[in-house]
Amino acid sequence: MALPKYTETHYRIWHYIYLTICAAVFFFLIAPLFVIFPLSFNAEEFLVFSDGMKRLDPDAFSLRWYQDMIYGTKNPWGLAAKNSFIIAIFATIGSVLLGTVAALGLSSRHMPYKGLIMAVLISPMIVPLIISGVAIFFFMAKAGLAATHTGIVLAHIVLGTPFVVITVTATLSGFDHSVTRAAASLGSNPVNTFMKITLPLILPGVISGGLFAFVTSFDEVVVVLFLAGLENTTIPIQMWTGLREQLSPTILAVATCLIVLSTLILVTAELLRRRSERLRGINQ
Amino acid sequence: MSSENKQILTTDGIPLEVSLKKAEKKNKVKAFLLVAPLLLFIIITYVFPIGDMLMRSVDDKMVTEMLPKTYKSMETWDGEELPPEEVFEAFYFDFQKLIEEEREGKLSTQLNYTKNGFKSIIKKLRRKSKSFEEGNYKEQIMSVHKRWADVEYWRAIKRRAPAYTYQKYLKGMDMFENEKGEIVNVPEDRRVHRILWLRTLEIAFFVTVFCFLMAYPIAHLLATLPMKYSNLLMICVLLPFWTSLLVRTASWMILLQQQGIVNDFFVMIGLVSDDNRIEMMFNKTGSYVAMTQILLPFMVLPLYSVMKTISPSLMRAGKSLGGTPFIAFWKVYFPLTIPGIGAGCLLVFILAIGYYITPALVGGASGTLISNQIAFHMKSTLDWSFASAMGLMLLSGVLVIYWLYNKLVGIDNIKLG
Repeated sequence: MALPKYTETHYRIWHYIYLTICAAVFFFLIAPLFVIFPLSFNAEEFLVFSDGMKRLDPDAFSLRWYQDMIYGTKNPWGLAAKNSFIIAIFATIGSVLLGTVAALGLSSRHMPYKGLIMAVLISPMIVPLIISGVAIFFFMAKAGLAATHTGIVLAHIVLGTPFVVITVTATLSGFDHSVTRAAASLGSNPVNTFMKITLPLILPGVISGGLFAFVTSFDEVVVVLFLAGLENTTIPIQMWTGLREQLSPTILAVATCLIVLSTLILVTAELLRRRSERLRGINQ
Repeated sequence: MSSENKQILTTDGIPLEVSLKKAEKKNKVKAFLLVAPLLLFIIITYVFPIGDMLMRSVDDKMVTEMLPKTYKSMETWDGEELPPEEVFEAFYFDFQKLIEEEREGKLSTQLNYTKNGFKSIIKKLRRKSKSFEEGNYKEQIMSVHKRWADVEYWRAIKRRAPAYTYQKYLKGMDMFENEKGEIVNVPEDRRVHRILWLRTLEIAFFVTVFCFLMAYPIAHLLATLPMKYSNLLMICVLLPFWTSLLVRTASWMILLQQQGIVNDFFVMIGLVSDDNRIEMMFNKTGSYVAMTQILLPFMVLPLYSVMKTISPSLMRAGKSLGGTPFIAFWKVYFPLTIPGIGAGCLLVFILAIGYYITPALVGGASGTLISNQIAFHMKSTLDWSFASAMGLMLLSGVLVIYWLYNKLVGIDNIKLG
């Protein structure tokens, strides 16, 4: 954003102040994440940069906390990771199936009571998690599903579907319905039309909704706190207990892995968004 | 010519209008059937359970069911003086049944909620009632403890007769119903909830303001920079957005601790001395700083998507018509961003008001919110009906904002990423 040559001095100063403010805010947003990274390689047990680390002494760095994360017996990170992935994958499948089908109905201009139904379907995203947690806990306890994987998966489907509904309806808003009519006029049945025509076109939206659902489930702690027994522990539950008791460097090793994972998801989501915009002909 | 002859018919002889209506209806049903599975799922696993919370929060059948005979005999008692013998007799038999079922402890807990002092006298009654003789229960019960001869305690029992109560809601606002049935405040030194509600509103409000002040300039920069730079900077907004909430909270715990980097920095620039480091964690400051950073992307994204649509030529036009850049910004650009400001502020406020994890970890005692209190009653005191009542009070507030959001922004306009 270069300024034109004729800009007066005080506007020039103001412009640099503005850029400095922006830089500070960006720093505030991103810098905290980068603190975790070096500290997870700390050879010592303390969560501060040791003198050795400041001098970049190779002996001050080690992989011992990663070792502890994988082989340590104190925290069941292995079980937690397994549970987290299983729950998140099933919750994602459930959310994507239910959410995509519902989004197809909601995007139809014949849909009755669209606003009201949309408001109900989105509500799990808006209602504070603590309230959702209490309500879902009462339900699962009655249904005998508390402290089971099934119960947690169902709860995460509730929390994940709003994201799928939002992203898929957004994708469908730019969808040219004449292509499905063309398919129908050429003798294709609705299921076939959906699989061969509609789905490939809305796939970016479906996948990015699925990513949201996955992250929501993978990162969710409030509802799981109410529902999980010892057997159903997840990564967020382990982190929560760890952070409440004592902040150990092993948690930072786990956190680093999670940041790497979220970077991968971010890149995928961005690529999908751009592809989707290109397909829908939105040029920026 | 009559209008009937004018009617257009389809090939099978049915009037077009009827045929069209039929097709429309079929389409309506088709669309609804697609939405039905999810709607049903959400209603069963989510909407009904919230209704269940409502039932739990007003449910007061426990005592009513534990003392059925007592309440029947109390129907004619006016509550002015001590109840007659028949009430004492009925109470004695109800109480014996509870002892058999080992439920008298629950009764004492429940009655103690209504009036303090029931716990000890019920324990005493249980011990003494073993040696009670038949007949004249009034004398015998009253001789167990002087409080049993106090009409206040019998009135307290009578107050628990209705199967439904709004007392949990009163408790949530630090009020209660006194002996005369008036709604009064609890003594000043025992008011905890009102402070929490106010603090929740205060923290949510200021976090929203901070987020707005920080998000506005960077959203503007992102919207005006050329694509190749703004895409890169957008990552700074999106990476925290996609990163686990617990990871972000953990990083603030490291930064804000007394030996942490922020304090190190303050010492280095001479703001504070080394032995006088600032406590930034386990208090309100911790909640403010961490929540602002965590919720900032939710403010940036709606602002950005609105600013993106504002043509830069509008500002140029404003300036060319004689406005200084400040006036052009204030009169032209800023009003155009108001929809984005509304969306972002409402979203951040809704999310902040129900925050639980971050305040619980970095907030300490002075930085916790109403959500933490709900969790406390769910997990520690096990007063689930009170937790439900508080949850619904919070929910009603959130629903008002949600409704407002729907009116102003439209729920299907939520932007994600």
